[in-house]
Amino acid sequence: LGTLDIPAILQQSPGHFAGGASNITLIALLLLAGGMGKSAQLPLQTWLPDAMAGPSPVSALIHAATMVTAGVYLIARMHVLFQLSPFAMTITAVIGALTLFIAGCSAMVQTDIKRILAYSTISQIGYMFVALGVGAWSAAIFHFFTHAFFKALLFLAAGAVIESLHHEHNIFKMGGLKNKMPVVFYTFLAGAAALAALPFISAGFYSKDQILWYAWSAGNGNGMLWIMALAGAFITAFYTARLMLVVFWGEMKTPVSEHPGKAIIIPLIILAVLSVAAGFIEWPHNLVHLALFSDLVQKVLPVTILKESLPAEAVFQLIAVAATLLGVYTGYVLYYRNLAIIEQWKRSAGMMAVRNFLFMGWGFDQLYDVVFVKPFLFITRINKTDVFDQLYNGIAQANLKFNRLLSVSQNGSLRWYIVGVLIGILFIITLQLIL
Amino acid sequence: MMLTGMIGILLLGGVLCWLLAQWSAVLSKWIALLAVSIDFVIVCYWWLQYKNVSPAGGSWFINYRVNWIPSSGISFHVAMDGLSLVLLLLTFFLGILSVLCSWNEIKEKTGFYFFNLLWTLAGISGVFVAMDLFLFYFFWEVMLVPMYFLIAIWGDTNRRYAAYKFFIFTQAGGLLMLLAILALYFIHGRQSGIYSFDYFSLLNTSIEPSTSKWIMLGFLIAFVIKLPVVPFHSWLPDAHSEAPTAGSLVLAGLLLKTGAYGIIRFVLTLFPQAAAAFAWWAMLFAVIGIVYGAMLAFAQTDLKRLIAYTSVSHMGFVLLGIFAFREMALQGVVMQMLTHGISTGALFVMAGMLKERLHTRDIGQMGGLWASMPVMGGAIMLFTMASLGLPLLGNFIAEFLILLGAFSVNVPFTVIASLGLVLSALYSLRMMQKVFLGQITTTIPLKDLSARELIIMGSLTVAIVYLGLYPQPVINMVKVAVQQLAIRQ
Repeated sequence: LGTLDIPAILQQSPGHFAGGASNITLIALLLLAGGMGKSAQLPLQTWLPDAMAGPSPVSALIHAATMVTAGVYLIARMHVLFQLSPFAMTITAVIGALTLFIAGCSAMVQTDIKRILAYSTISQIGYMFVALGVGAWSAAIFHFFTHAFFKALLFLAAGAVIESLHHEHNIFKMGGLKNKMPVVFYTFLAGAAALAALPFISAGFYSKDQILWYAWSAGNGNGMLWIMALAGAFITAFYTARLMLVVFWGEMKTPVSEHPGKAIIIPLIILAVLSVAAGFIEWPHNLVHLALFSDLVQKVLPVTILKESLPAEAVFQLIAVAATLLGVYTGYVLYYRNLAIIEQWKRSAGMMAVRNFLFMGWGFDQLYDVVFVKPFLFITRINKTDVFDQLYNGIAQANLKFNRLLSVSQNGSLRWYIVGVLIGILFIITLQLIL
Repeated sequence: MMLTGMIGILLLGGVLCWLLAQWSAVLSKWIALLAVSIDFVIVCYWWLQYKNVSPAGGSWFINYRVNWIPSSGISFHVAMDGLSLVLLLLTFFLGILSVLCSWNEIKEKTGFYFFNLLWTLAGISGVFVAMDLFLFYFFWEVMLVPMYFLIAIWGDTNRRYAAYKFFIFTQAGGLLMLLAILALYFIHGRQSGIYSFDYFSLLNTSIEPSTSKWIMLGFLIAFVIKLPVVPFHSWLPDAHSEAPTAGSLVLAGLLLKTGAYGIIRFVLTLFPQAAAAFAWWAMLFAVIGIVYGAMLAFAQTDLKRLIAYTSVSHMGFVLLGIFAFREMALQGVVMQMLTHGISTGALFVMAGMLKERLHTRDIGQMGGLWASMPVMGGAIMLFTMASLGLPLLGNFIAEFLILLGAFSVNVPFTVIASLGLVLSALYSLRMMQKVFLGQITTTIPLKDLSARELIIMGSLTVAIVYLGLYPQPVINMVKVAVQQLAIRQ
């Protein structure tokens, strides 16, 4: 197009590229790849859980709320290009669906509180990618918006917990904090409710419910995406319940050494209020007609196109709510009421193998280690001395050898010289006789 | 006339340094500093003077010519356009820093050392302005011989080997270039009846395509050895790692640039068709260089060798940009020459400072240095980030322009070249991690930067950040010269 100006690109590209052409698809896919790397989507997700080693406020701001979602923003910003390429849209949705499922499964078995949240971040961004892929632009940005509040809240609250317990990250060494740290508990609860998308009382419900609905009903949506997203909702509710129950209920395993100060408490309360209230600006269409958020963003982003002849939205909402509540209940059963089941699973080899596989994040790190890191290290190691250098040294060595060979003849011995001269004369005479 | 004076100051200053060192070594240091500073001021003055001038009749700001050996058509012809001006500015900027950073390092034969340093700088600045091929060759050799002494006398333990290697490689290239110059001279003389080494009259020579290919290769090989391009790069790690700090700075920052300058000034203009025919191969070698240099850099354990191999990788970008024949890519090339000179120069200075303190170049023996030297760590962090192409710093602009320009010519090569950026992140972060972070391994008490070192690092920092934030002055300055090249193609 001859320009890098984004408005100009958005304006000119519909006239310049044919819809669905291979070049625009390639462009959209490469942009998608950039977004995937930044937003930790499959198969580029492995960096995010490891990056959680940073301090909690950094994780809260950068890794959960704003920076990682830049990929979502990129795709939403370049939506014109994606709309020109249905294939890239489908890929976006499929990647989102796979990611939310895979990362959710990993979150279920993590023991480090921040890694749980990290995997849940990957999973929630997966939801946003699904929304982008089906063309529900405003739903994606809305989830982006609510997710920022509750995930920042969860990270900060987790940081407060970790700080109070002598930098303990393992949730199974926490427990019973409900009464010891009431403020952190209630704010964490608000964040967790939003993450699990508990109906009506949390911001996460409004945004996630919208995505679930569009995963089926929007122009590019289909049943598979919806089922994946629904399974994800169940998983999310489950691991959130697990996290809450293990950390805040049960018996205390590590004593609280210090309580967080005001500077920590105040942001937590602000974010908790927002985590609950941010959803109220955008209600499901069939309940209350209030859509402040999508009205605002649809000045920029196109309106979501719905399929015709759909079942009632309310049915989907009920199913989604049921999945969420079921997830919470499962978590409650396994980690509070009936701990024996988990103990039993721990004894079975098959379950432990599954658990370890999920714990390692589906083995992606190991895979990359074998496919990329090891071969690269191998190649660089064998060529450390630089073959070309060896070549030149070889030439130099050969010259030296030749030089030594010749210098043997210059040994000052007169007989040698005479023999040499005679051989030379004989050689010349022979040559002349032959020719 | 001023151009002659500029070179003359350096030559004269060098001789004075040598002579006066018998009485006072300190005096010779100050003379060296003064000589380079005067030249720097002169070039700055030119910059201000010609900043807004767009020459009507051509891109030349200064064009000065006197007959030297008229019977053979040799003249003393120097001229300066935007490209030369920018490179001269870099030369004297790094020149001042190279004098400063050898202030305490050189303790023996100080006078002769500064003589060699100044003469090398004179050769380099001569190369950037010479418009007579005989004169060009003369300056080409002037910068070679003193450099050889710099490595061979004040170098590290393996300095003999490195100096020989450097000399043989560049001399072999130089001789090929001499042959090519002579061939061009006679072909032109036979055609026009005027035997001349002058660049402008040779520009109009029309040569048979088959002949011009060989002559072009003669020039090109000399230049790509200097640049260097894989597989002619193997002198560079040795020379860089054995040379004294200022030597490495001048080698990396300036000497390599003469190769790129030569290609732009002579190969592209004298043999446009032959160069265009060879472009695919040149870009191939460039891309190989980018990836291969980066991989070797990753494997090194010697700090200076590591940085040296990053130069191989970065110079691959220069070659890629030159043979893309696009105005944008050529702008990127000029930017890359400047920013690579600054950032890699800074890294070599840092390696020198570390060696002064730790007496080793092995990164296995470093680690955790940030704790004792936070200022130096911060400065090096900046230049490491610059060399891996972080936005806001100059190298990003350069590499981005080159990739953007090359993309319109050859997509696969550009894609592979951009992979080089990923590899550069690998080796840069590995270096940073091993040297400044991680376990503390040394027990020697370490001092952070001294005032003199702060001046060096500070001015380099200002330069690289300025080029990263506002490269437009440089782009404007070389615009005319670069446009003419792109049009010729």
